[in-house]
Amino acid sequence: MAGLLDVLQFEFMRNALLAGLLISLACGVIGSLVVIKRIVFISGGIAHAAYGGIGLGYFLGINPVLGAILFSLLAASGMGVVQRKTVERTDTIIGAMWAIGMALGITFVDLTPGYKDNLMSYLFGSILTVPRIDLWIMLGVDLLILLLATLFYKELLAVSFDETFATVQNVPVGAIYVILLTLIGFTVVMMMQVVGLIMVIALLTMPAAIAAQYARGLKRMMVGATALSVLFTVVGLLLSYYLNLTSGATIILVSGAAYLASLAVRPFVLARRAHH
Amino acid sequence: MMLMETNNEPTTCSAPSAPSPVLEVERLWAGYPGEIVLEEINLTLWPLDYVGIIGPNGGGKSTLLKVILGLLPPLRGEVRILGQPVGVARKHVGYVPQYVESDRQFPITVWDVACMGRVGQRGLLHRLNSADDDLVAEALRQVEILSLRGRLMGELSGGQRQRVYIARALATQPRILLLDEPTSSVDPQVKAGIYDLLHRLNEHITLLLISHDMGAISSFVKTVGCLNRRLFYHNDKLITADMLEAAYQCPIDLIAHGLPHRVLPDHRPGVTSEEERG
Repeated sequence: MAGLLDVLQFEFMRNALLAGLLISLACGVIGSLVVIKRIVFISGGIAHAAYGGIGLGYFLGINPVLGAILFSLLAASGMGVVQRKTVERTDTIIGAMWAIGMALGITFVDLTPGYKDNLMSYLFGSILTVPRIDLWIMLGVDLLILLLATLFYKELLAVSFDETFATVQNVPVGAIYVILLTLIGFTVVMMMQVVGLIMVIALLTMPAAIAAQYARGLKRMMVGATALSVLFTVVGLLLSYYLNLTSGATIILVSGAAYLASLAVRPFVLARRAHH
Repeated sequence: MMLMETNNEPTTCSAPSAPSPVLEVERLWAGYPGEIVLEEINLTLWPLDYVGIIGPNGGGKSTLLKVILGLLPPLRGEVRILGQPVGVARKHVGYVPQYVESDRQFPITVWDVACMGRVGQRGLLHRLNSADDDLVAEALRQVEILSLRGRLMGELSGGQRQRVYIARALATQPRILLLDEPTSSVDPQVKAGIYDLLHRLNEHITLLLISHDMGAISSFVKTVGCLNRRLFYHNDKLITADMLEAAYQCPIDLIAHGLPHRVLPDHRPGVTSEEERG
């Protein structure tokens, strides 16, 4: 406990912990929907396509986060259309968009003259250098996610559980799906600053996957996933501070260890459920 | 081919005048690019009908279902529900899908699944209210699982899960229940319980049941059709050898006249046996 107070003396650590709390909320709410709707791969595609926007940001000399938001929104709506309209193999198309986004980002950066100082931070995260303005952006995104998830909660649940039934009941499934993908785009860009593009999907899904094993409903799963995400982020940050390791990696390793442990006890949980 | 006329028993429909069809499938052709799955399908369901459609796998059962639910546009012909186009009127169809095993892992209670029957009816930006709660409770009571409302779907048996899906469909206040293989993953005793339930529901709702399980269908429904690209339907409970041979395209050992039927492929040409019981 004294160690924690010690850490809080530094403004960069206070900001980092605050950023961890802010992304955890988005991570718990949206990660739960990603896990139950089984769209982890699409979310990965959106995250990687966003890298094209980061490159574009560098190229145009604007904030790369804005570019990332733009590209993730484009990717989200594109993948929504692909998933729902096309008869092609959707996983192939998503894989292609995934790679094209990355390649665009790399090319834009190549075309940009000068030194690219913190480009790596978008790949591996830079929670220790999160600027104050980005914390406000995160808070805004959190509020937007909470607002939309609350307004469309029953539709999001219905579409996640049984899309066909929801369609027959004339729930606007297509619109709800695009809203969900858009929220995933926002969440991914926000989390990218903390754990980096490469590890974003792991942090998005592992707390939710653990919560899914114990929660008795989507709302409780969201709360549980948020709490777990806070725990993993804080523990990971402290490890990173004391062991002088990359924070994104320590956060993911903490989450991964917890997830593997939950998989190990899973058969017992399911058995208890079956005999309920 | 003409639309089939029914000589239905008097209905309890609210309108005192002649009842109008609940579902009309008229000269329907359906399928996918380069592949016609259904040809010239005609089917009319009147209030309180209980129609079972059987057919071999790949015979077009799920395609017919998709067209009726408005998930697949017809290539030719028309489907109407309560005289209206499918797109608007499908919300009057209580759809009971085949059970999907992956649902076991979805963290959701029986009550929350049944509530999904109200989501589309209530509309966007409106919370479910106490009237919805009453309808959901009544639906769960009808299928006799109200006491399980707090359970997770993963904690239920196959038969109980099927009842949840029926309750969800009933919560939509449907004019017709459309059931897809309702007993595909349950043991015979549970199966009998579910057909018993459907029989009771049929006292005030029209039922259309699609299955490959001929034994169950022919024992409980009022009329039977055989589907294999074309629909062989004679408004009768009797499954004729012609219907079966046309649908299954193999010689059929037939047990007729409203008793439990079995299908046994017979490889000795010209030999059929008829068996009467009870």
